[in-house]
Amino acid sequence: MRDIVLSGICKSFGETEVLSGLSAIFPAGKTGCVTAPSGIGKTTLLRILMGLEVADSGSILGLENVAVSAVFQEDRLCENMTASDNIKLVSPKLNDDEISAAMQSAGLIDCEKRIVSELSGGMRRRVAILRAVLFEADLYLLDEPFKGLDADTKSDVISFIKRKLFGKTVILVTHDPEEAKQMNCQYEIKL
Amino acid sequence: MEKGAIKVWAVLFWLAVWQLVSTMLGSEILLVSPAGVLLRLWQLLPTADFWRAVFVSSFRISLGFLLAAVASILLGCGACCCKRIKELIAPAMLAIKSVPVASFIILALVWFSSKTLSTLISFLMVLPVLYSSVVSGIINCDKQLLEMAKVFKMPLFRRVRYIYIPQALPFFKSGCTAALGLCWKAGIAAEVIGMPTGSVGERLQQAKVYLDTPDLFAWTLVIVAVSLLFERIVMTLLKYAERALARA
Repeated sequence: MRDIVLSGICKSFGETEVLSGLSAIFPAGKTGCVTAPSGIGKTTLLRILMGLEVADSGSILGLENVAVSAVFQEDRLCENMTASDNIKLVSPKLNDDEISAAMQSAGLIDCEKRIVSELSGGMRRRVAILRAVLFEADLYLLDEPFKGLDADTKSDVISFIKRKLFGKTVILVTHDPEEAKQMNCQYEIKL
Repeated sequence: MEKGAIKVWAVLFWLAVWQLVSTMLGSEILLVSPAGVLLRLWQLLPTADFWRAVFVSSFRISLGFLLAAVASILLGCGACCCKRIKELIAPAMLAIKSVPVASFIILALVWFSSKTLSTLISFLMVLPVLYSSVVSGIINCDKQLLEMAKVFKMPLFRRVRYIYIPQALPFFKSGCTAALGLCWKAGIAAEVIGMPTGSVGERLQQAKVYLDTPDLFAWTLVIVAVSLLFERIVMTLLKYAERALARA
């Protein structure tokens, strides 16, 4: 995968201009973070990189034929399915042992067969993170992934993410400088 | 109707009112008593003609319902995939919903045999109801889950199987509940007007011609019972389908 190069990206919703002429480079194989106060366009930027929004103007290079994985601000899980099935939904080739081991690393003990709607908010968040991390992708976009996790759980999950996504291109959106530090972000883009 | 809304005491109360009014009028032609209806039904039950009529009408009306269910799924999916298909279908659905059922029945009698009438009419009455429920089910699918599926490049089959069907099924079930009663009412009305040989509608029409009120009430009771049984069967099958989908 190549570096992702953004040049003069503009995006408005009605009269509200969210991104105005953003230019940035996201180096391939590195973990970086995007920081900004609320409402400045972090999520919009990620949605453009995910292909869910189209920029009004500007260009993006390096996203051609790139497999993208994401942790959204919301969990976006299928409520009536088990935690394991939610992960298999996007990664059908994963076997039960791999999923089980990953869930244990994230502190989700014996949760594989539990229906997602019965899990706590923190557990659901971790299932969403695992779904993204276990998906074989070139680019990982994490939009405030640790929201709702306590300090210990967050630390476990960050260790797991760093281990699994070592050498991959990861873009983390966060308000918290401590999270960026724990994730060993190699660069920071401030909007 | 909410489950358990029909209480035995309330049913007994209305049966008593019926019996009382029937006794006061003292005329079987004007209003037959509940006991008279049961007696007539008891006489009809052992006859082959009775069962043949019930089977023939049930088969034709059920076939209309099932064809409408299949057509509504296909048209609903098509309409949600392509705006032009939705626009094309909209006037036809509006026409089916707005035109009185009697007009359809008379028109169908001109074009088709009276044997296919109840199938065609129940099909036409059910189609717009189920079509609307399929379209609503698809439109109301969780947009965030669909975005998730897009980002992870989930194949279409998996999106349909794991996102669209589980979310659209409750809408379809609700549509079925509304359509089931409708298809029996319209189907029997079509038979009464078209009088296909050996159908329940023909027997109702004969009861009217000969002022045979006990027969009219007995056949009406049979129609209500068969439509409730059909509704129960369809809803049970949908429940099993829902469970099977959740397990698979």
